[in-house]
Amino acid sequence: MDYILSVEKLSRVYKSGSRELTVLNDINFDIQQQETVSIVGPSGSGKTTLLGLCAGLDSPTRGTVSLMGQQINGLSEDERALLRNKHIGFIFQNFQLIPTLTAIENVMIPLELQGSKQAKSKAKGLLDRVGLKDRMTHYPNQLSGGEQQRVSIARAFCNDPSILFADEPTGNLDEDTGLSIEQFLFDLNAERGTTLIIVTHDLELANKTNRIIKLKGGKVVADEKSLIQAQV
Amino acid sequence: MANLSFLFKTAIRDSRKDLNKLFMFMSSIILGIAALVAINSFNYNLVKDIDSQAASLLGADLAITGNKPLGEKLTPVLDSLQAETAEELEIFSMAYIAKTDASQFVMIKAMEGGFPFYGKIKTDPEQAYLDYQDKPHALVDHSLMLEHDLQVGDSIKLGIRSFYISGRLKSAFGSIAASTSFAPGIYIGKPFIEETKLIQPGSMVNYAYYYKLSDPTSAEQWKDDHRESFRNESLRIQTVEGQKENLDEAFSSLNNFLNLIALVSLLLGCIGVASSVLIYIKNKVPSIAVFRCLGMKSGQAFSIYLIQILGLGIVSVLIGATIGSLIQIYLPVILKDFLPYEVVMDLSWKAILEGVLVGLVMTMLFALAPLVSIRNISPLRTLRTSDDEVTKRDYLKLSIYGLIIVGIFLFLLRLTSEISSAAIFTIGLLAAFLVLYLVSLFIMWAVKRFFPSSWSFVFRQGLANLYRPNNQTQTLLVSIGLGTAILTTLFIIQGLILTNVDSMDAGNQPNMVLYGIEKNQADRLTTITEDYDMPVIQQAPIVTMRVAGWKGKTKEEWLSDTTRVARRWAINREARVSYRDYLESDEKLLRGEFVGEVNPGDSIFISLDEGYAESLSVDLGDEIVWNVQGTLITTFVSSIREIEFRSMRTRFFILFPKGVLENAPQFLVFITKSPDSETTAKYRSAVVKAFPNISVVDLGMILSTLNDILTKVSYIVKFMAGFSILTGLIVLISSLLLSKFQRIKESVLLRTIGASRMQILKINATEYALLGGLAAATGILISLVASYFLSTRQFELEFDLNPLPILFIFLFVTGLTVFIGLLNSREVIQKSPLEVLRKEM
Repeated sequence: MDYILSVEKLSRVYKSGSRELTVLNDINFDIQQQETVSIVGPSGSGKTTLLGLCAGLDSPTRGTVSLMGQQINGLSEDERALLRNKHIGFIFQNFQLIPTLTAIENVMIPLELQGSKQAKSKAKGLLDRVGLKDRMTHYPNQLSGGEQQRVSIARAFCNDPSILFADEPTGNLDEDTGLSIEQFLFDLNAERGTTLIIVTHDLELANKTNRIIKLKGGKVVADEKSLIQAQV
Repeated sequence: MANLSFLFKTAIRDSRKDLNKLFMFMSSIILGIAALVAINSFNYNLVKDIDSQAASLLGADLAITGNKPLGEKLTPVLDSLQAETAEELEIFSMAYIAKTDASQFVMIKAMEGGFPFYGKIKTDPEQAYLDYQDKPHALVDHSLMLEHDLQVGDSIKLGIRSFYISGRLKSAFGSIAASTSFAPGIYIGKPFIEETKLIQPGSMVNYAYYYKLSDPTSAEQWKDDHRESFRNESLRIQTVEGQKENLDEAFSSLNNFLNLIALVSLLLGCIGVASSVLIYIKNKVPSIAVFRCLGMKSGQAFSIYLIQILGLGIVSVLIGATIGSLIQIYLPVILKDFLPYEVVMDLSWKAILEGVLVGLVMTMLFALAPLVSIRNISPLRTLRTSDDEVTKRDYLKLSIYGLIIVGIFLFLLRLTSEISSAAIFTIGLLAAFLVLYLVSLFIMWAVKRFFPSSWSFVFRQGLANLYRPNNQTQTLLVSIGLGTAILTTLFIIQGLILTNVDSMDAGNQPNMVLYGIEKNQADRLTTITEDYDMPVIQQAPIVTMRVAGWKGKTKEEWLSDTTRVARRWAINREARVSYRDYLESDEKLLRGEFVGEVNPGDSIFISLDEGYAESLSVDLGDEIVWNVQGTLITTFVSSIREIEFRSMRTRFFILFPKGVLENAPQFLVFITKSPDSETTAKYRSAVVKAFPNISVVDLGMILSTLNDILTKVSYIVKFMAGFSILTGLIVLISSLLLSKFQRIKESVLLRTIGASRMQILKINATEYALLGGLAAATGILISLVASYFLSTRQFELEFDLNPLPILFIFLFVTGLTVFIGLLNSREVIQKSPLEVLRKEM
């Protein structure tokens, strides 16, 4: 079977002076296309480190990460950047919008990087889809938290990614706003057939995905279908 | 292409809201380049004008000058020249103005021939210039006529001869005397100078013979061919080319200082650029991490900010060049009276282009150092805010540092035109950088090693900030220290130059000199002087003589001796010798024994000035034979003296004992002091009436003219140095703004967990006071070493330090550091922690 993401014997060790800190130890899993997966676990369990390694933002100490059949360990930072630009979308807990760019300019970046001429029209369409048609020329500091995260979602889908990584996407939002963001995320994911990987503490959100990978002390302690999936 | 368009678009979009953050960056460049362009423009214009006006300044292709007329030996040499000729006798004396019953010290030029051949004597009426030489007519300086309300048609008395004023002298080019500005000029025909009876034995007369050659380009060659034979007769040959060199030399000190300011401004500007770009990029790290996360390559991220910096750099350099050009137009207005001629200030495109090029290259080099760090910003920062910098060796960054050193060296080479000087300056700057870096490491080690654990929390916290992770000790110590060092060096050198200028001031010194006094006039003159309650400070007899030989050889033998070390000027000069049996208070016996009197028939022991003895290569016991107006007198050197040159007296290099020269032809010189200008005028008038042959030189007038010039020099020095000081302040401020990002987070956290405003202020004040104080002290120490070498080697000034301004700089830099440091924390103090956290993080 073809997996969109394969993680094999993955370890990440940080050095602090003469001491070594193993954050991830011998992680193995595969994720299929269009699958929705949550990575959960207590603080310090290595969730964010795992996300960073899977998305090619960091390099493992040992083991391999294969994205769309391509092992990304051996790639240079610029080659990984190209891979991210073409196939990956990101949503962050603290939105990570560029403060000096307007909403539409933020959304356009991934496509502009590709040299696409449809960047503006596509960005407009996506902002319209997330309900921000009238806020396109606003700067991030002129938008609420929920609006900023919607811009972030629009930007994440702008390059039609094959896989989307979300790091605590509702962590900084109130419950109602969080729910509406989740709705946008899952709806767009369904519409576009994207693989979705969410790092979260929120078990309710985790249970909305197909599969939950539980981490503890840098190891996978459970890899199971979610409640919803189990019920199905 | 699409990629380039995206990069430009993103660069513009990203900078829109952050332009204000680059204000310091732009200011540093603008001020640095403005100073560079202004100084270079001024220099180029001066050189250009020296070139174009040197001929007018000399007024001829060739001039022979000296304080004696051409002898029979040389006249045939000059007669062989294919040239139009003119002659000039110049003498300083008193003029009596009957109309106002006043007398005035003037410069009389007795002319024959159509001089100047280049340039023009402007008179009113214009035609007055045409025939004044043939009649007892005088062309009188415009200001003198105004002062005494003289009109064309009035008369003026020079010596015992009255002249009809036929014209007002408006401007005159060409003269053997640069002293034109000291005394107003009067032009008369040469045949009439005899009738004034002003030329007496011992009178200071300057002779000049001017030639307009049929082939002006041959002047330099002619000079080279005949220089020796004219030197032997104590005559100088001047050419247009030589005039240019003299003028260049006259301005070289000013140029040296202006060049130093240009260098200082540029270096300070560059430090400002590096500091402000570092702040800017630090601010941009989160955005860059997001760009990288979304797939932007490191090169693309780097290019975006390079485009921004380059764009703003170009704009700033252009603004700086414009301001610099405007200043250079303003500068000559200040200098107008100081320059010997009117300098036409054109826009110097060469200076502008040079400023723009140097500015752009240096700005980019200094901006690149922090810019290349962008390549190492990890996209992982989007997930985890980490302050960990990439510690691996960045060879590109190291190459940029190398290029900066090469850039500074080349700029210095351009300024000094000497590889050794440029290398010494560059090594000096590197050494200063290294010293500051090592001091910062030492401080961090020392504070950690000897940490005062018993001190109160706030002081411990402030001290610990010096060595804890993310400390700013190295950055601030190096940038503030280097800025302080450069600025203090400039301050010290400026101070030394100004002190030197001040020391030339007359103060309480004698202010009148009377010369050309005959021996039998001395008693009457003393009475007149005492009638005006003025002291006779010095009354010295002067006998003129020449060296005929020394140490057993004749002068001619010495001159043809190729192993001779004695200087030609010392051999050939007409010595003005005095005799007395005591040493003046401004004379110090260095070696030997001073002999004040000898009996007839005894050996004659003389005293020589140290410098003159060196120039003639003689020492104690050596024999010197003098030609005293035809009589040979053999003497022996018995003592060597040092003469204090700061006091206003007649100094004698050669001093004879009493009992030798009493019967030789001689004249006297009187030195006195007038209490005020009114007494000066009355006294002068009385002396001229009694003895028309005596010249009264009002040194007060000369000193006041000199003072005017020096005041202007001081003004330029201060004005230009002001630029550097302004740039230095901006550098200091931008260095300190760097620290805002380091401290705000922890200040907010301390506030959140209950620290009071006062505690936060004390913590920050402790840290900044230590940083500012240490940086200022180290910078000042470096500047002391630098300015010692600069003053003694480059400017040839005595290194005499005034500690007060240094103390002021120390307090100012420390105070400013604390002030801006506290200003950085004002948000934390005034607003709620949450508000600050939201805004700053």
